[in-house]
Amino acid sequence: MKKLLNILILLFIVSLAFAGGYEVGDKATDFKLRNVDGNYVSLADFDNANGFIVIFTCNHCPYAIAYEDRIIAIDKKYRDEGYPVIAINPNDPQIQPEDSYKKMQERAKDKGFTFPYLFDDGQKIYPQYGATRTPHVFLLKKESEDLVVKYIGTIDNNYADASKVTENYLEDAIDALIAGKDPNPNFTKAIGCTIKK
Amino acid sequence: MKIKNFGKRTIFTNIGIIAILFMGSCNSPVNEKIPVLTFGQLEPLLRMNNDTVYVINFWATWCKPCIKEMPDFEKLNANYKNKPVKVILVSLDFPDKHESDLIPFIQKENIRSEVIHLNDPDANEWIDKVSPFWSGSIPATLVYKGNSSEFHEKSLTYEELKTIVESKI
Repeated sequence: MKKLLNILILLFIVSLAFAGGYEVGDKATDFKLRNVDGNYVSLADFDNANGFIVIFTCNHCPYAIAYEDRIIAIDKKYRDEGYPVIAINPNDPQIQPEDSYKKMQERAKDKGFTFPYLFDDGQKIYPQYGATRTPHVFLLKKESEDLVVKYIGTIDNNYADASKVTENYLEDAIDALIAGKDPNPNFTKAIGCTIKK
Repeated sequence: MKIKNFGKRTIFTNIGIIAILFMGSCNSPVNEKIPVLTFGQLEPLLRMNNDTVYVINFWATWCKPCIKEMPDFEKLNANYKNKPVKVILVSLDFPDKHESDLIPFIQKENIRSEVIHLNDPDANEWIDKVSPFWSGSIPATLVYKGNSSEFHEKSLTYEELKTIVESKI
């Protein structure tokens, strides 16, 4: 009986650990998710990438909208350096109809997204990463066969006004990786919309 | 010079806070004017050391689950009017939405709880000061009395709020 209890406690602790998602230094999972162009995208498809800027984002959230132009600019700046943006919509469109696959296609077209905008159909991927809000950034670096999480957090320190940004957390983190260094800080927080499940 | 300025700011902040605290106790229609504060100005309200239970809800007009749970906070505010319980709704609406979204919402919904508009976009600097457990999504609610506090990064029902408040009163 005591043994069973111990196993249950252990299982509980393990489940807690998984519920927490990734921390910096963890190995990230690849995925196969449908892009707005109808094709399925995996990180393994990008032979020339040195890493990825995985951003959980969506259509409806004002914070996500406020960052759209900045995300496009970051993709244009860094994809040729080997760090393309991979955007993933983690929301359940049953709860948030604005975040349906069809609406994603419309938004990507209207804004001229330069990066894949994938749908986490069935919401299997975002819990593994531990995304809790949109936008939520996970910067990954290829290390031999692995994708290692190097930075988790926000894009910069002013969601409301890009012209008043004084800390470019994400760009600084990518620059650090390109320079062969570890990002500092490697973890930041921001206000965002809850992921709708 | 810097210290002098800081002192001045603190005095103004304190006057602001006192004004905010008094607003709730008057019977005049509340929320005709919603104070816009930086986190530094809001922070003393998260650190009050008295017999009142403070229920601080972080929300925004565009946040559906926030709007959905708001009647429960209003109910709490009304039912505990004569008890040492203070409900404060801290809006995280964008600074430029104060007149266009926030004020009309408060008036339309006739929100009676105290509302503060937090205008401090550098959230990485202050999220941990609200709670180290907060990842940054809303709705989120801090309930505290003196040193006893708890934080919930999710929607709360009236029954849940009542249980939390009763445990601290």
